[in-house]
Amino acid sequence: MDEQAPRRLGRGLFLVSVAGGLSSLWWGKSLTRAVSALPFAPGGGWRIYTVAPTMPKFDPATWRLEVGGLVDKPTTLTYAELRALPRTSQIRNFHCVTGWTVSNVHWAGVRLSDLLDRVSPQFSARGVQFTSAEVPYVDSLTLDQAKLHDVLLAYEMNGKPLPREHGAPVRLVIPEMYGYKNVKWVSRIDLVEQPQDGYWEQLGYDRDAWVGRSNGL
Amino acid sequence: MTRYVHRFSRSERTFHWVNATFFLYLLATGLVLYLPRLSALVGRRPLIKDLHFWGGIGWIAALAAIALLGDTRGLWRTLRELETLDHRRFNPGQKVNAILNAAITVLFVISGLLLWLGERNTRFRLQNTVTLHDTLMYGALALLAGHLYLAVIHPATRHALRGMTRGTVSEEWARRHHPRWEVPPDTEGTAPAPTSTTDAART
Repeated sequence: MDEQAPRRLGRGLFLVSVAGGLSSLWWGKSLTRAVSALPFAPGGGWRIYTVAPTMPKFDPATWRLEVGGLVDKPTTLTYAELRALPRTSQIRNFHCVTGWTVSNVHWAGVRLSDLLDRVSPQFSARGVQFTSAEVPYVDSLTLDQAKLHDVLLAYEMNGKPLPREHGAPVRLVIPEMYGYKNVKWVSRIDLVEQPQDGYWEQLGYDRDAWVGRSNGL
Repeated sequence: MTRYVHRFSRSERTFHWVNATFFLYLLATGLVLYLPRLSALVGRRPLIKDLHFWGGIGWIAALAAIALLGDTRGLWRTLRELETLDHRRFNPGQKVNAILNAAITVLFVISGLLLWLGERNTRFRLQNTVTLHDTLMYGALALLAGHLYLAVIHPATRHALRGMTRGTVSEEWARRHHPRWEVPPDTEGTAPAPTSTTDAART
């Protein structure tokens, strides 16, 4: 046995490991789901993606949500006024375009269509633009998308006020679209003639980011 | 008097410690990007992303520089040594650890580049790149935990750490743990060449 030429099992192990890892880029959807569902997945499986050096800080005393643009009744809401609007809640999955998913997120907030009705959009308005307090993050939806019944301005997540890293005090929730459409730290909403490319869309992402039907996925 | 035998060359040790340093740096910056609590605490995501990305580039560049500027032939011999899973200077477990770490490094680099490119060009965005990068991190941490335990804590094996810091291990330990290792003649002037008649039956 000593005299036998040793087999190069190590080389094989290396090649199999690399090939297995690379192939997971194609077959790994189930792995992605499994990893997201791990009970010890940090932060409940969320990743915190931001584009500015610091996260906006929420001060209930000075915070305002401005709703304007092509509307007949521009409105400025305090945090208390926002909370006083009719409340709705839903449990939905959150999908990120980079592959991860958080299941069964419990959102509570204001239905966006309710808020839009209050400001009376003008006939020429076909788009809704969202400006984040996290400069320079912006994004927009068509007015029809914005009026979908499950589009919320969420101020609660899983029974608690929206945490800072999730966009406190209020974020957009549009469950049928990838996370980058779900603008965090919403500070301004404008009715505009047409939707414009948002932050990620200027970098090549689809404007209509339907889950499973966009971005080449 | 303890006699020492030469186990790791200067290039091997440099390679190991540079690799370890960059790994810890990338782990730290990576965890800031990965863990929501840390992300919120540290902020500055664009900066941390850059530090992480360029750290990864530096990692590969540094290892390549050592391989090219150091004892290239010696490192090549080490590589050939790792290709077989027999037990001489290294035992099969040590070889598997090194091989898996090498594979993980390659996969880290490829998936990291894909993540970086995917933010700039949607053609490079694949559904599971993030999962692969994260899973590699868990795998690498598991290997690291075992490696640290054996190298620093476990009484029977932790003497090996000396081989990676000073280059030499005691001849008695070498005979006991690696009986079929043909102990090399002293090449760095720290130990005399051992005789081949030392009892290997003590195991």
